[in-house]
Amino acid sequence: MAEESLAIGTDEWVAAHEGRTSGQVQGPVARTFGRLPWWVWGSIAVLVAVVLPLIGSTYLMRVGVNLGLFLMLALGLNLVVGYAGLLDIGYVAFYGLGAYGFAMLASDKFGVHLPTVVAVPVVVAAVSIFGLVLGLAARRLLGDYLAIVTLFFGQMFVEFALSGDAITVPGRAEQVDLTGGTNGITDVDRFSFLGVEFSSDRWYYYLLVVLVVLLALAVRRLDGSRIGRAWKAVGQDPLAAEAMTMPVNRLKIMAFVVGAGIAGLAGTVFAAVQRGVFPSSFDLPLLILLYAAVILGGSGSLKGALIGAALLSLLPEALREPSYSEMVFVLLLVAGLALAVRSWRDRIIVVVATVVFGFVMNLLFTLLHVQGVPASAWTSGPVSTLLGHWLFVPQDRVLWGNLGFVGLVVLLAVLTLVGTRVRPILLPAIVWLSIFVWFVRLADVPSITRQLLIGALLIVLMIVRPQGLFGRRQVEVL
Amino acid sequence: MTVALAVEQVTKRFGGLVSISDLSIEVSPQEIVSVIGPNGAGKTTLFNIITGVYRPDSGRILVEGNDVTGLAPSTIATKGVARTFQNVRLFHNLTVIDNVMAAMYGRTHAGLVASALGLPRARREEARVREDAKELLSFFGSRLMGYRWEQPAYSLSYANRRRLEIARAMATGATILLLDEPAAGMNPKETHEITEVVARLRGERGHTIVIIEHDMHVVEGVSDRVVALDHGVKIAEGNYAAVATDPHVVESYLGRGTAGTK
Repeated sequence: MAEESLAIGTDEWVAAHEGRTSGQVQGPVARTFGRLPWWVWGSIAVLVAVVLPLIGSTYLMRVGVNLGLFLMLALGLNLVVGYAGLLDIGYVAFYGLGAYGFAMLASDKFGVHLPTVVAVPVVVAAVSIFGLVLGLAARRLLGDYLAIVTLFFGQMFVEFALSGDAITVPGRAEQVDLTGGTNGITDVDRFSFLGVEFSSDRWYYYLLVVLVVLLALAVRRLDGSRIGRAWKAVGQDPLAAEAMTMPVNRLKIMAFVVGAGIAGLAGTVFAAVQRGVFPSSFDLPLLILLYAAVILGGSGSLKGALIGAALLSLLPEALREPSYSEMVFVLLLVAGLALAVRSWRDRIIVVVATVVFGFVMNLLFTLLHVQGVPASAWTSGPVSTLLGHWLFVPQDRVLWGNLGFVGLVVLLAVLTLVGTRVRPILLPAIVWLSIFVWFVRLADVPSITRQLLIGALLIVLMIVRPQGLFGRRQVEVL
Repeated sequence: MTVALAVEQVTKRFGGLVSISDLSIEVSPQEIVSVIGPNGAGKTTLFNIITGVYRPDSGRILVEGNDVTGLAPSTIATKGVARTFQNVRLFHNLTVIDNVMAAMYGRTHAGLVASALGLPRARREEARVREDAKELLSFFGSRLMGYRWEQPAYSLSYANRRRLEIARAMATGATILLLDEPAAGMNPKETHEITEVVARLRGERGHTIVIIEHDMHVVEGVSDRVVALDHGVKIAEGNYAAVATDPHVVESYLGRGTAGTK
């Protein structure tokens, strides 16, 4: 055994290398979090969540409820996609089934008002059975094929909800209304346990805090358990997992059922807190946002799912505030520049060139006699005054903003085509155009700007960390 | 009971191609049998049939006297046949010890609810499995010990990945191990080590072993008996010396006309 440490081909170097680069492997975010044990961070999060309502407004409570629902969904989807590796594109349909299920069993729609303690378990069980059926149908499908089948399932649900208000039943003259069509089902009962009615968002907020904490603890337990390990094994190599005593089909179906159950439970809460359900709530945008959350956090990681979901749920809310979105814009611009230009000398050149370029454009606009607005008319503060002399703001902001936007997109496309030598020449124009478009046009339409900013943020994050914030580096072997 | 693993008159066709033709092999308990043959002889197909990945067109597979033909691979593995793969198929993003513990699925019982709630029963089982896994990894000396337990499998060297794959197969609790080219891609020193490991698998752990190998030094070093395949047909069987010099075997490797000159 003595010669072992010097043996050729052993992984001493690999191990040493791992040791050197372990910081990079874990990622800066994960390292920061690693300094304190998980339960400290968990307790802090729970404490903040519990105290928040005492100082928060009703708007904040609504944000909190949405966050809670989103966290539940992300945790469930993470089990299906991140652990078991099943590309389930119809996941949101289970959320919708849960919501519609509860709405049907507890509203004036059919005059049925089941008590919450009965309705919720019944609905969750029913949604789980839907998960079982879909799992059974799709159990032999992998990857893209599974995605196609589940996508169909998801869209089928939306279609059913949309046109379920006029179902022709053989032997009955009038059409049956099951889902209320585009109008959905309204006046859904509130939750009530033991005679206590959940009368405000605050109740649901606390209920969701409890549910999310319980769910996260359960997932944490599962992670280090026989079932969780088997799911991860199945997700990585189903054939090897099957050969190593794991019944792959059963495990996949189990993941489907559990994921569906969690989504169904979240759906019942959603229906009760909204007091109504509508088909549009369960369409593709929510699904895309959910996937983005799970991927952003790092597929297959509990922390990742929680933080990814929190970011993608809170960011759009935070960006409603113009000053925040301006901050994010400036950050993105600086980060983009820092990524695009690698040496400090070039960075300084680009910044100086941008300033010069701005004055040149200002002059150009004046020479062309374009009607402009003085800077003080639309913003205030010393930065704006300074900016006013540098940045020309045309009278017709929509036209010039749109023109600038098209120019920006074209320039960005050109940037990807040209070589590294030409790039620095284009950069000042791009930076100036970004700022121009932002102040002239984008700052006026926050709802669109929000989406653009989140998209840009995701692109930057995914370039920097393709495996997600807490994801393990995916390695292709051989 | 004298037969651990029996392949009885198995035939497997892929379209018009007969991959395995009327093949019968019997392996006694604690025997080491090597399967050799040129590329495309049907060696890996044989493993796939035994482990249930393919269903034979005719014939039966018996494990310790029980017919396992047509059962799911996971069931067959639980009944005592585990394998390694020609091109290593570890769970690369799981840690070393998790790879081994994952393979103990078939002999543990904690269900979904018990696992999610962390019931005492499930936690006791988890602790026991972890100890088992550590004990099992110690079989490979210091190769897979200590800090390596918590390293992801992808960080291992090639030779250690092959070792871990053997450890994972052992973890299933199977008595019969099918090793598909365990020494492929290894240097002479590592090849020698694998030969020792295979011998110890039988000597210390009492495993019955079927091994596919191209390296004739390994075959010579470990085999009680050698089975030579060509085009899915058994062309020779016996001890190493007899099979290695068999005219049919030499012909299948080197081509017709050379057999007489040996």
